[in-house]
Amino acid sequence: MTQMTFARAINSGLRKSLENDPKVILMGEDIGTLGGVFRVTDGLQKDFGKHRVVDTPLAESAIMGTAVGLAYRGYRPVVEIQFDGFVYPAFDQIVSQVAKIHYRTQGAVKMPITVRIPFGGGIGSPEHHSESPEAYFTHTSGLRVVSVSNPQDAHTMIQQAIASDDPVLFFEPKRRYHDKGEVDESIDPATALSMEKARVVAEGKDVTLVAYGPLVKTAKDAAVAAADEGVSVEVIDLRSLAPVDFATLEASVRKTGRLVITHEAGQSGGLGAEVATSITERCFYHLEAAPVRVTGFDVPYPYSKLESHHLPSLDRILDGVDRALGRPNSLSGLEG
Amino acid sequence: MFTDELGQGGIPAGGPGDSAGHHGGAGESLVQLITPGGERVSHPQYDAWVQDVSDEQLGFLYEDLVVIRRIDTEATALQRQGELGLWPPLLGQEAAQIGSARSLRDDDFVFSSYRENGVAYCRGVDLADIVKVWRGNASAGWDPYTVNMATPQIIIGAQTLHATGYAMGIQNDGADSVAITYFGDGATSEGDVNEAMVFAASFQSPVVFFCSNNHWAISEPVRLQSHIRIADRAAGFGIPSIRVDGNDVLAVMAATREALERARHGGGPTFIEAVTYRMGPHTTADDPTRYRDANELEDWAAKDPIARVKGLLERKGLLTGQFEARVAAKADAVARELRAGCITMPDPEPLDIFKHVYSTPNSWLDRQEDHYSRYLASFGDPAGAHSEEGAR
Ligand SMILES: Cc1ncc(C[n+]2csc(CCOP(=O)(O)OP(=O)(O)O)c2C)c(N)n1
Ligand SMILES: [Mg+2]
Repeated sequence: MTQMTFARAINSGLRKSLENDPKVILMGEDIGTLGGVFRVTDGLQKDFGKHRVVDTPLAESAIMGTAVGLAYRGYRPVVEIQFDGFVYPAFDQIVSQVAKIHYRTQGAVKMPITVRIPFGGGIGSPEHHSESPEAYFTHTSGLRVVSVSNPQDAHTMIQQAIASDDPVLFFEPKRRYHDKGEVDESIDPATALSMEKARVVAEGKDVTLVAYGPLVKTAKDAAVAAADEGVSVEVIDLRSLAPVDFATLEASVRKTGRLVITHEAGQSGGLGAEVATSITERCFYHLEAAPVRVTGFDVPYPYSKLESHHLPSLDRILDGVDRALGRPNSLSGLEG
Repeated sequence: MFTDELGQGGIPAGGPGDSAGHHGGAGESLVQLITPGGERVSHPQYDAWVQDVSDEQLGFLYEDLVVIRRIDTEATALQRQGELGLWPPLLGQEAAQIGSARSLRDDDFVFSSYRENGVAYCRGVDLADIVKVWRGNASAGWDPYTVNMATPQIIIGAQTLHATGYAMGIQNDGADSVAITYFGDGATSEGDVNEAMVFAASFQSPVVFFCSNNHWAISEPVRLQSHIRIADRAAGFGIPSIRVDGNDVLAVMAATREALERARHGGGPTFIEAVTYRMGPHTTADDPTRYRDANELEDWAAKDPIARVKGLLERKGLLTGQFEARVAAKADAVARELRAGCITMPDPEPLDIFKHVYSTPNSWLDRQEDHYSRYLASFGDPAGAHSEEGAR
């Protein structure tokens, strides 16, 4: 076990993948000499060379499109998109090509591409640097989508994502990059908990609280605060956003009867809607209350002076927990 | 005089991307009217474009250069003091911004990147509004129509298409104004920029592509973006281009005036490559010592855009104590106004977050706003209501 930051844990996972598979190749803007704007790829170009860790020209569509070509040729590209808001020039290649080629070729051509995207807010950045675009991708058939919440998972799951023969969108919570945690680098990703599985990170019996990425920490803090008020919250780290591990969620909701889901992304058409509906379908008769969503607003990510309002905070999550429990809350007296 | 001293020279040959565009075409030469030493050198084609620039006007150009450098220094200081979240310095690129922006008419329209804050100053943007977005008080600092300049674009290259479309509108309207778009060397790799050139050439739209080649795109050197000189690319689109000494305010002015005149009179787009250098970090969050050589910085310090105009004024006997005092006083006043405007800027109200998403009411959002205002009201101390640690 070693103490390391989130960013370092990904770096070490990338290093292992580069060591273990000569077909793994990293591509992106400023990932080589600079080591990425968040230093996640620090030192990798020096150790693996310019042909394995490639500083590309400034063109996201081209990065993604050439990753497709490299995958055709048997490579396993790991693409870094510098910030969430810059994935859109590559959107066409991801949605129309990366996601569909396996289906189109009836399985003949694999697209083992990993797209790493630092996402989410909370770092006081200007426009386009704090977005949560995951729902565009969870809505796109053919893509696997995961998000990590802690250094150990980041280390293990990046290796699992790279090893996957399907394309994986890998969402990294940028505001947690500097958070430290214990990482066991000897864990074999092949036998570790699959990246498709959710994980119960705090056990509880009154409410199930589902979070992913940056908000897992906030959700865990909320559970501690709720315990002070005598409420027992079970926190689940979703980890895989597509497909969602509904079996784990269902088991929890059958026990608690109440569901709260939180994400930074806007509410409408978001992942919370999918989770709430699917859980309602699967265990309607176990639910004691309607599922509750605590999310960002349906607005473009706001300028930094207002971002603390947009981001689900500990108190907003607790307010959602109160709603699920029928305790007094900010919407008491309103219908639904 | 044609000179190559500002070229992408001295770059080692190597694998793909390591051989910096040294190849042929018009780009072999660089238009320069003032040498780094401050000598006015004549140019057969471009002298005519700045013949009318009087000594007095030269003095004002100098003042502009000094003032925007001061804006830049002050904004950088404000960022260091925690008053701004981020700032993209323009240090070293003053002449490219002043020479081009001072060539524009009021009814021309600018679509720039985040770095053209000196251009914004020339357009008459309020000083505090220039830093508003970097303070995090708004997504954009000003109303584009009041100064005929769109607010800075962060998505690399996107603005080149906007300028081209705006120019298509000018064309349809039968007007003689021009759209000008500013972007970096890195931006030329984006599809948007290339597609903008296709449209502009196809429709012969009145748009000027102003590429500030400052040699770096964050940590990536220009040779990674272009195997040939950037200006030479334009020919492939059927767009005339010029490679100009971007640290020479007069040469930039001449080149921009020529391009604007061509556009105004139905001659279509022009591509200007202003060869300059980013003397500072990419932004205040960047550490360029990780990727570039200090020697390079020294070479470019010797080509400083302000020093050479100062040298020219001196040669002309115009650099009097009185003149220098006037310029210094102006720079001081601007810096004071910028700082005061920045630190006294009112913070946005929480519910501003819901404003202007749509032009007419939206039922989804109205409901969210209603719920959030109830939520805020449920706190005795609303300040705690939105901290990550919580107030409960
Ligand atoms: C589409 C997109 N991709 C990536 C970025 C991140 N980014 C911001 S500035 C920059 C470099 C731009 O270089 P250049 O075009 O030369 O302009 P300069 O910053 O040198 O003025 C990059 C990669 C972005 N803002 N937008
Ligand atoms: Mg540049």
